[in-house]
Amino acid sequence: MLKILKYSFFDLMRSRWSYVYFAFYLLLSIVLLFLNNDLSKAVITLMNVIIVLVPLIGTIFGVMYYYNSKEFTELLLAQPLKRSSIFLGQYLGVAISLSMSLILGLGIPFIFYGLFKSNAIWDFSLLLITGTFLTLIFTALAFNIALINENKIKGFGYAILLWLFLAIIYDGLFLMSLILFEDYPLDKLSLVGTMLNPIDLSRTLILLKLDISALLGYTGAVFKKFFGTGFGLTISFIMLTIWVILPVLLIVIKSKKKDF
Amino acid sequence: MVSIENLHKKFNKNSVLSGVNLNITEGGIVTILGPNGSGKTTLVKSILGMVIPNKGSISVLGENIKNNSGYRHKIDYLPQIANFPNNLKVKELIKMIKDLRGDTNEDRHLIELFTLEPFLDKKLGTLSGGTKQKVNLVLTFMFDSPLIIMDEPTTGLDPISLIRLKDLIQKEKAKGKTILITSHIMSFVEEVSDEIVFLLEGQIHFRGSISKLKNKTKQPDFEHAIASILTENYA
Repeated sequence: MLKILKYSFFDLMRSRWSYVYFAFYLLLSIVLLFLNNDLSKAVITLMNVIIVLVPLIGTIFGVMYYYNSKEFTELLLAQPLKRSSIFLGQYLGVAISLSMSLILGLGIPFIFYGLFKSNAIWDFSLLLITGTFLTLIFTALAFNIALINENKIKGFGYAILLWLFLAIIYDGLFLMSLILFEDYPLDKLSLVGTMLNPIDLSRTLILLKLDISALLGYTGAVFKKFFGTGFGLTISFIMLTIWVILPVLLIVIKSKKKDF
Repeated sequence: MVSIENLHKKFNKNSVLSGVNLNITEGGIVTILGPNGSGKTTLVKSILGMVIPNKGSISVLGENIKNNSGYRHKIDYLPQIANFPNNLKVKELIKMIKDLRGDTNEDRHLIELFTLEPFLDKKLGTLSGGTKQKVNLVLTFMFDSPLIIMDEPTTGLDPISLIRLKDLIQKEKAKGKTILITSHIMSFVEEVSDEIVFLLEGQIHFRGSISKLKNKTKQPDFEHAIASILTENYA
């Protein structure tokens, strides 16, 4: 698996897109730092961008990489390699190179701005950890979509729909249900609702840490009341880990049954 | 060497293989023939574990291939259409496959044989079909495995390379290897194969030597013998 990971990783490191992605984050964090002139405020703005953008890039990149490396995969399948190591290697190659672009692109400007001397360092690290989690989750989901759909256009379509649903539509439906059932106690429902969407979960996680009650919203408030900050953070991390493990397991299962 | 029992494979509702039983003994060249869509490639890919059968079992060198990948160390496979990652150089591809399968020095000799030196630093996406096929041949023959499987090995090759390929096949056969070929080029099949397996509608319709086929169909030459099987079944 490590060999495949190595080849996929270097393949991506040579591709233009990794640099575009890296440069984008570099630019974004430089601009935000200059506009806000304050580390903590820049972290909050960044959160709003990351939570929507990272899943989108993860899904698109994952699907694109799978379809583009189809030939490479077929070549590998005839070699004495386990299917699980082929696909997990490719998946990790994509996910790690995307995470690296994210971490370096955001990290470098913040370090030069004096991150290590400020007390925003933990908030910022949490932001990067959540970003990495989101990359791992959405790349894995994208690989699943690509494995199921032989047709590229369909695969891309479903991938975008998945992102649209989790990033935007889900919240809408969630709010609607809260309004519709406002006569009932909704604490538990909203808790479950938040956990079932990795994007919501990440948002709550970061807001809990930042401790900005004005931005917490209903679910955040329920989360905080229910779990308290420390326990809430732990629960969210566990849920995010499950969100990574499940799709990765699904990749292994699906790839074992597929014909090439 | 390779034994296949009651192999069934369906793609959606399209049944491609329906009950193939095949036992290939060690040594010699066996050719799989059949009209388009008769399941030749599916059969070969099943042996390689790329296609997962619905029913039946396959074992290679006494090892059941289900959920197994180590047995592929003993197989050299030449895929039908040389689909390689386009942004890789020829040199890098050869190095990568060596890294995955183990080191060998045979590649230098093969590169020379197919005059591939001028292409080593070129990207695979820029190569012509015939040159890609030569690269494909180098990748296949550079390892010394007891079983060689080739899917349409002659595609796109010029006459000189074809002669070299035939020599290469004969050399490998002389080493006592088992070679499995699928091809549509009848003259090539007639020249190289010791035995043919004729697939028709997902089943083995005929198996034996070419002379046996000629006797059976009462045709003087091989091409007509094959044609007569097809007309018998479709007319």
